[in-house]
Amino acid sequence: MARAAVSGGLNRRLAWHAARLAEVVEETPSARTLVFDVPDWPGHLPGQHVDVRLTAEDGYSTERSYSIATPADGTRVALTVQRVDDGEVSPYLTETLSPGDVIELRGPVGGWFVWRSADPAPVLLIAGGSGIVPLMAMIRARREAGSRALFRLIYSVRTPEDRFYADELRTRARDDMGLDVGYVYTRQAPEGWPTAPRRLSVADVNNGGWPPDFQPACFVCGPTAFVETVADILVALGHDPRRVKTERFGPTGS
Amino acid sequence: MKLPPGQYLTEDFPVLTAGPTPRVPTDTWEFVVVTEAGEKHRWSWAELMALPSEQPTVDLHCVTKWSKLGTSWQGVSLDVLLDGVDTAADYVMVHSYGGYTTNLPFEDLRNGQAWIAYRFDGEDLHPEHGGPARLLVPHLYLWKSAKWVRGLRLTDEDEPGFWESAGYHDYGDPWREQRYQGD
Repeated sequence: MARAAVSGGLNRRLAWHAARLAEVVEETPSARTLVFDVPDWPGHLPGQHVDVRLTAEDGYSTERSYSIATPADGTRVALTVQRVDDGEVSPYLTETLSPGDVIELRGPVGGWFVWRSADPAPVLLIAGGSGIVPLMAMIRARREAGSRALFRLIYSVRTPEDRFYADELRTRARDDMGLDVGYVYTRQAPEGWPTAPRRLSVADVNNGGWPPDFQPACFVCGPTAFVETVADILVALGHDPRRVKTERFGPTGS
Repeated sequence: MKLPPGQYLTEDFPVLTAGPTPRVPTDTWEFVVVTEAGEKHRWSWAELMALPSEQPTVDLHCVTKWSKLGTSWQGVSLDVLLDGVDTAADYVMVHSYGGYTTNLPFEDLRNGQAWIAYRFDGEDLHPEHGGPARLLVPHLYLWKSAKWVRGLRLTDEDEPGFWESAGYHDYGDPWREQRYQGD
């Protein structure tokens, strides 16, 4: 059956690229950033992700999606991968893959959960656990582009040692004018932290976010239950649902 | 057991949604079909419930790579809903509460291929998974099975819906691995 071409559609197929691991940065005891060199990488927007394909010697192959942690930077593509203990792919990426090894990448994927540096609207980023990764790409892109858009990040993590990019976020909160960074600890807070460990609440979003009147662009990324809760809070506080973009990962019990 | 290329099996039911989950009360819910001539056909929740339903067991394939096999649903076949609709449209734009849209060829909704589903696994469909009712068109990637469905617009021309405008494939056949534009 013939179908009319969809207007505005690019018909260039997203190709698989050979990606050589160039550098590894340990982020936490169970997560690391993998910086790949991808010679023919077409570039990407902050918030986009890639498909990763691993192929075993016997020909078995498997694919997963991972968010990109950095803005476009020539042939470099950085992914931060959290090890999932019973996972099929993440243990290999976080423990076995070594500099010089080659895997396959395809992308960039996703044209919705992206921040564009020309957009002057205030931005609210809310991350749960490894959901920080695509939001970090936006924070890094903001500085690189010299954007003056006001950014606030609320980052929910289990314990201080589970934080990704902790040193960099501390430095940026000091040096990147107009960037605020706040944490919510759910299992164990640092010594001297004013509140006991607890789940992110309406008060955290209300105090650490922007008033709905400012019409901020909201990006929420994390496990499904976290994102459901935060998105519901934002809507209840009066944010326009169309300005709340979400990215969920992981299974759900329901 | 055979999976489409690039998919892996899951026992969970993960969620892929672009924004907050809309809560749509069934007392104001309606489903509207608008033909290419502008003729409207409406069903209230009570009218939908009064139609004969089916209980399909189908495999789901999400573009984010997971597949879930043998899922049980209850809903009204689109063949029933479209029975009295006078149309020669080639395409459909599906509209959802919350503003989501997705496009597909009209023929993919006919002949026992698609349902307006309102029960999953013996229970009312949870809002996270598209309740009170979602389109179920399991032979395409799951983003075509629009959650929180509110209507169909029948058209002569194909137009891209929400994910289709954001780089995803116009048709989305999992067996041909049509994930992204150009696949």
